[in-house]
Formats: sequence, C-alpha cells, structure tokens
Amino acid sequence: MAVLVVAAHDGKTVRANVANAVAAAAQMGSDVTVLVAGKDCGDAAKSAAAIPGVVKVLQAEDAAYANWLAEDIAPLVVKLAANYSHVVMAADSVGKNVAPRVAALLDVGQVSEAIKVVSPDTFVRPIYAGNAMATVQSADKIKVVTIRPTNFKAATGSGTAAIEQIGGEGAKGLSSYVGAELSKSERPELTSAKIVVSGGRGLASGENFKMLEALADKLGAGLGASRAAVDAGYVPNDYQVGQTGKVVAPDLYIAIGISGAIQHLAGMKDSKTIVAINKDEEAPIFQVADYGIVGDLFKIVPELTAAVEKK
Amino acid sequence: MKVLVGVKRVIDYNVKIRVKADNTGVETANVKMSMNPFDEIAVEEAIRMREKGIATEVIAFSAGPAQCQETIRTALAMGADRGVHVQTDVELQPLAVAKLMKAVVDKEQPGLVIVGKQAIDDDSNQTGQMLAALLGWSQGTFANKLHVADGSAEVKREVDGGLENIKIKLPAVITTDLRLNEPRYASLPNIMKAKKKPIEVLAPDALGVDVTPRLKTLKVEEPPKRKSGIKVKTVAELVDKLKNEAGVI
Repeated sequence: MAVLVVAAHDGKTVRANVANAVAAAAQMGSDVTVLVAGKDCGDAAKSAAAIPGVVKVLQAEDAAYANWLAEDIAPLVVKLAANYSHVVMAADSVGKNVAPRVAALLDVGQVSEAIKVVSPDTFVRPIYAGNAMATVQSADKIKVVTIRPTNFKAATGSGTAAIEQIGGEGAKGLSSYVGAELSKSERPELTSAKIVVSGGRGLASGENFKMLEALADKLGAGLGASRAAVDAGYVPNDYQVGQTGKVVAPDLYIAIGISGAIQHLAGMKDSKTIVAINKDEEAPIFQVADYGIVGDLFKIVPELTAAVEKK
Repeated sequence: MKVLVGVKRVIDYNVKIRVKADNTGVETANVKMSMNPFDEIAVEEAIRMREKGIATEVIAFSAGPAQCQETIRTALAMGADRGVHVQTDVELQPLAVAKLMKAVVDKEQPGLVIVGKQAIDDDSNQTGQMLAALLGWSQGTFANKLHVADGSAEVKREVDGGLENIKIKLPAVITTDLRLNEPRYASLPNIMKAKKKPIEVLAPDALGVDVTPRLKTLKVEEPPKRKSGIKVKTVAELVDKLKNEAGVI
C-alpha cells in the first residue's frame, strides 16, 4: 500500500515533524511518498528526500502554495490521493487546517491526532483531552490521518529518495495571505525541545516570565505556558501547551506556577520526566509530576537557575 | 447577512469523565452536559456581529438527540434569533455533521458560518474545514480576531509560530480559537425570552444526508497512568535527582 505524507515546510527544509509523520506512515504502508508543495521549494524537497524511509518526493512548484492556504493545497492533495491508500499529515496548525478539507473533498472520514497505528485501518487516538483513548477503525477507501508527532519516533539515518516534479493546480482565488506576526525566539522550538520550562498563572505577570527565560536559557530549553498565562496576556498564544495548544513530550518538563488543569495535562503528560514547582501542595500537577517542590516559585526558580550547569 | 453558528452538546468541561466498564465509550448517563466551549465563542461572535449591524439574523444549528435542543436554547438565550435542530440518535461524526450543516446552508443561504474549532469530547477539529470543503467556500480556521466588511473577512489565525493574517472571500466558514472573544452569560430575562424563540426540527433523511459513521470505535480505554512521583524538599535535592536518578540534565 502506498502512503502519501503531505509536508509543511519553510521553503528551505520540511518541518521536523514530517520525519515523525513518515515514521507513522511507514506503519500504514510500505511505500511512502512525501508531497512538498510551495514556491521555490527545491531545498525543502531535498530535505524530504533525505528522510529515511521515503521512497519518492513529489515537488509541486506553484506560487499558489507559497503560504499553505487550505483552499489551494487541498485540491492538489485530492488529485494525488487517488493513487494512495492513506494521506498523512502531522497534527500541527497546517495539518489541522488542511487535512479535514482534503477528507471532505474525498468524501471520507478523518482520524485526528493518531498516537498509535494498530494496523493499516485501525488507530488509537486520544479523546476528552487525553482522558480516554479510543481505538477506531476506518472503513473508507482512502484513510486521511493526522498524527501526533511526539508519539512517533523519527527513524535515524538518511535517505536518498528520488524527487519528481509535478505541476500545480493554481490558485482558487478564495483566500489570500496577508502576513504573519511570528514570535521571534532563539530558544528551541517547543514541540521538538528536549527540555521545556513552562509557566502558569502563578507567575503573576509577563514581566516575571523573564525569570523562566533565564532558567530556560541555562538549560537550553524551550519556553511554554499554560492557557491561564496566555489568556492573562503574560505570553503570546504560541507558547500554549495543552489540549488546544501544543502537545509536547520532552525528556524534561518543568511546570512552574501551573496548577495542572486537565487541558494542560493533556499537552504534556507524555513527557519523560516532569517537575512541578507550586506553592499549593494540593495542585493536580503534583499527581503527574515525578519530582515536586512545594514552595514559593519566586525563591525556588532563581535558586534552581543558579544550581544547574549551563548547557 | 445571516450568520449560522454550530453548537454541540458535550459533557461539561468541568466534569471528570469516566470510561465505561465495558470499554464501549465514555459514561454520559447522569452527567452534566453543556454547550461546547468553543461553540459558545462562535455564538458570541455572531451575536456581536448582529449588534454591530453586520449580521441581520443569527441561526443556531445543532445535530443529535432531542436534548440538543437544550443547547440550542442556550444559544438563543445568549441572543441567537432562532434554531435549527437535525434530530437523530445515530452517532454523528464530523463528516456527517458537515453534510447536515451544508444541507441547512443550502436552504438558509447564510453569508457566514461560525463553529468552534474543536469539540472537547471527540477533539476532532474537523467539522468547519469539512463544511467549507463541501460548500466550496473559503475557511478561516483557529480565528483569534475576525473583521468582516465588503464581501470579505480578515482573519487573524492562531498558528504554530504565532499569528497569521489572511483575507478570505465571503461566504466563508470561520472556526473559533480560545481568544476570539469572551462569551457572555445569558441573563434570566433572556433565558425566559429564549423559550419563545422558534426551533425548526428536521430529520437527516429529509435533508437527503446519509449520516452513517465512517469510523468504527472498537474500544475506549483509560489512558495509561503515570506512576506518582515524590516531593523533594530542596532545590539541591531536585538537581541531584534530575542529574543522577532521571539523568535528564
């Protein structure tokens, strides 16, 4: 069975989670093709070809695909899908936007955020913010699946897949890209960071997040936040870890001043080691933490920053 | 311009759910049900558009068993003008809901549809995008800000790296993210008034829609539990554990 992975990219390289999607796809079928669509996306196509397990890369050059508008990308994927048993995307903000549009145009259901491939037609996915795991079987001819990248380990090594040029379908004229307001950060990206330092309402202000930045920088960590901290305006939306934000599974997750609402736990409880720092010893975050410290974060965090060695 | 909003009846977000002992699903009997929180944001946005004179009428749509009318009543109490309920006891999956909504859109001809980006029960995050696909409309998903004027909508979207601005042609489907607005509470007089607002009840067959589920749920289980950890007293102890026990720093 041939599987089509649709890759998001920045023009130069495909996103890191494409390798996770390829790893998931390899469990659904033996023949994995990656679609790289965009404008001047030759380098991105090459980066896809280097992912181990990829048999072929389809490079679709078209200005219409420059900004990943679902209205323009979906028809291309639909046209290609006829040759595949599965269409797979990482469940990031691109995959979540595009995949359901593809599925509906194909008149098939979609499996969202699969965390395990049981067999080519059967998947495990979290429901109710990860408080239950559903095993679902798709009866559709083409399976459209988004996968949670943190649950599929990318294969190591490198590949040398062939790159085939295909044409684009042009723009539908329904939507246009105006611009982006992206957070600039020198820190590792949240979903791929080995260590994540996250702050909640306990920080009490955006100013106080500087304290976490110091710790994060010393650990070489990504910086995250709970929904409460984002809603309070302490940090931008893309910091949010949780059911409706980003799902992370680093080696070490340090939750600071975060009470541990269900929806936050859904985004981080697969982390290997969890540390919680909170003044309330009854906070639910301690139920998932491997190591907890009850106390004043404004004393503990600077002390911790001083105690760890710089990476 | 009419605005259609989708509202789903889900287990209240404050309820700690329980997996059924026979692993067929999640216990819903005698559990508090509410409107999906993202759909409340959708209703609020539509009502604000009417208050600003951009929308002329707000129609609340729901599909599912008879009790969904309670959810529609909540939308009416918030300020929606009337409801449409597609009644069925069949398990509805996103594609089926999108098809039912499309049938209602074909009838009502709204200029905009607003739905929550995901429901907090199945966490699918599909219905809005699927509806836009079936209608051949543009889509503004994960909206953080919405500005509608002159036949188009400017949508600020929450994306992985921050925010993104797009301009889409109307008619369109919008899906709401958390920070689009803060939904109002329904006042008692408005709850009373909502009881008199009309709800049209339709059947999937009458709309010509096959709602048969595409995904079969084989089993539903509890997630694996993390084994409980320990509390440490000092930062020195924590650093020692992280270094020598967990080996993560």
